[in-house]
Amino acid sequence: MHAPPTEPRAVDTRDVDPRSTDPRVEDLRQMLRIRRFEERCVELYSSSKIRGFMHLCIGEEAVSVGVLGQLGPADAVVSTYREHGHALARGLSMTAILAEMFGRQTGVSRGRGGSMHLFDAARRFYGGNAIVGGGLPLAVGLALAEKMRCTGRIVACLFGDGAMAEGEFHESANLAALWRLPVVFFCENNGYAMGTALAGEHAQTDLALRAASYGMVSWSADGMDVLAVSDAARRAVEFVRDSGEPCFVELHTYRFRAHSMYDPDRYRDKAEIASWRERDPITALSAALQGDETLSQHDLDRIEAGIIAEIDQAVAEADAAPEESVDDLTLFVHSEAHRDHH
Amino acid sequence: MTTIEGVVGKTGDATQMTYREAIREAIREAMRRDDRVFLMGEDVGRYGGCYAVSMGLLEEFGPDRIRDTPLSESGFVGAGIGAALGGMRPIVEIMTVNFSLLALDQIMNNAATLLHMSGGQLAVPIVIRMTTGAGRQLAAQHSHSLEGWYAHIPGLKILAPATIDDARGMLWPALADPDPVLIFENGSLYTVEGPAPDPTATGDISHAAIRRPGRDLTIVTYGGTLSKALAAAEDLATHGVDAEVIDLRVLRPLDDATMVASVARTHRAVIVDEGWRSGSLAAEISARLVEQAFYDLDAPIERVCSAEVPIPYARHMEEAALPQVAGIVAASLRTVGTHA
Ligand SMILES: Cc1ncc(C[n+]2csc(CCOP(=O)(O)OP(=O)(O)O)c2C)c(N)n1
Ligand SMILES: [Mg+2]
Repeated sequence: MHAPPTEPRAVDTRDVDPRSTDPRVEDLRQMLRIRRFEERCVELYSSSKIRGFMHLCIGEEAVSVGVLGQLGPADAVVSTYREHGHALARGLSMTAILAEMFGRQTGVSRGRGGSMHLFDAARRFYGGNAIVGGGLPLAVGLALAEKMRCTGRIVACLFGDGAMAEGEFHESANLAALWRLPVVFFCENNGYAMGTALAGEHAQTDLALRAASYGMVSWSADGMDVLAVSDAARRAVEFVRDSGEPCFVELHTYRFRAHSMYDPDRYRDKAEIASWRERDPITALSAALQGDETLSQHDLDRIEAGIIAEIDQAVAEADAAPEESVDDLTLFVHSEAHRDHH
Repeated sequence: MTTIEGVVGKTGDATQMTYREAIREAIREAMRRDDRVFLMGEDVGRYGGCYAVSMGLLEEFGPDRIRDTPLSESGFVGAGIGAALGGMRPIVEIMTVNFSLLALDQIMNNAATLLHMSGGQLAVPIVIRMTTGAGRQLAAQHSHSLEGWYAHIPGLKILAPATIDDARGMLWPALADPDPVLIFENGSLYTVEGPAPDPTATGDISHAAIRRPGRDLTIVTYGGTLSKALAAAEDLATHGVDAEVIDLRVLRPLDDATMVASVARTHRAVIVDEGWRSGSLAAEISARLVEQAFYDLDAPIERVCSAEVPIPYARHMEEAALPQVAGIVAASLRTVGTHA
């Protein structure tokens, strides 16, 4: 049922019990890694190591792991400001991500982007876009390039439910369907755009239905279940690769934390949050794996320990990283070869 | 927009060419030279371009490379940026600068920022062409000169070809530039006809050009007002005033050296800009001349800009709103302390 892990996977599984070959264990480890990483980010934010806007995906890890795991290394990814999970699952270095959030030279964007603008050209990770909906036309254009160049590669575009109210969603969906471009639109429907609930943003709250009206194959899946996400994403990726046409997948999920570090989260019912927490994708998978004895508590402890060690090391390395010299302030406004003219 | 201005400038004379044909030839040549180059925009294909620039290209290159887009300025400009990231060399045509405001998000927040925001990883080799300017009675939603706004944005290069040679020569180096380049074509220029440019000439997209040398004052202009500045210079000659006319050609980055050197010789400057005066390119040029040539100036700098109104429809009102030869002459005479 569940596909074996495909490239790029971030960290190898050597520190997991070698007896365990069940791919769900790796899914669990990936989700835990994102969760623990972001929990550490909260601490680092509280101690002012990280500043600016920071958006966490705690609660939504199944989407990152399930979606990114289905892509090939040559496929392109376009993401949003809530992209720590996407970036880690895509294989960006944890140290370089942290260094970015610390504003260091070794950061993935050399300290010019921060939490909202993680990029990695080598992994074809095109950001990190903090304009809601702003990445969608880029994904369409990347897919147009793949099509015109007959590469067989596809583009995965991740965005939130709020982005679907933007005109750029409409324009992009129409273009992708009209031109039959190889792009999967993955909508992470966490029910809120900042403090506005879905029903307050959309006249038609069935988002997959809306997408279908563009003539795109569209469906919804449970975004709290990593196996369901993987399954939906794999079908979508296969469909796009085979047909060359776009499709749309809505993933129902929930963020357990506030919108950003600035958000006092006054607009959500405590009971609502609690009920979604009961569907925590990590707890659920962990319980299932322990229930059928795929994973022992000991295995789980080892996985946790491995993740904490990785995070400790990444924090230490990022913290030791140099700052960019302000002499290089105007670097990258224009490409190097053309800088002298400016 | 329902007006096509004139028909395709067919002169039948191979030694002559219109501005519109020069752009078309530049596109044609670029597409022949590099199969990563393609043109997209509203009605660039079957219709032939709203100003008939791309007429005939669909037949030669087919609908994939002469790509008609829906009415989605943000969508297709963003798609152009994405295609550039994906290894293509798109030329994106926007019908008119006023419509480019619907794509401003993509131009400002993506094209101009991605290289920097990604720490140098993502260059965006896109060329975006659009019509600008007034003079054709198209009123207040089709006539503005907003290139000065774009010239405010770090990360963009802004070109304003004012001659047939530049219309022909600037596109290829713009495509070769690894970063986003915007080309502003003043709508009044499409039908201008002149000697066919040398197709082998290499275009320059870094420097201003002195279109008329002169000793007594420097007129700095670009785009649609170049011909008015040159006409004013001829008129000034009859008053015994010898004006130098600089065509900026590149609005960002500005070629300060050419302007400053000219003012160092003439000691007087008049700036002619079809944009509005407040917060304008003319204001920027004036500030730079004051900063860099203050002690060379013998008179206050003069600016001749559009009146601060949305461009009106009625012919006489539109003419009154735009920089005209008489106004340029009057401003020039003020700087030399002569009255006509
Ligand atoms: C164009 C634009 N408008 C407003 C904002 C401010 N803003 C940032 S995130 C956000 C909510 C977006 O919601 P959604 O797309 O559902 O993504 P989520 O944050 O839930 O992941 C808003 C309004 C923005 N960044 N960009
Ligand atoms: Mg949301």
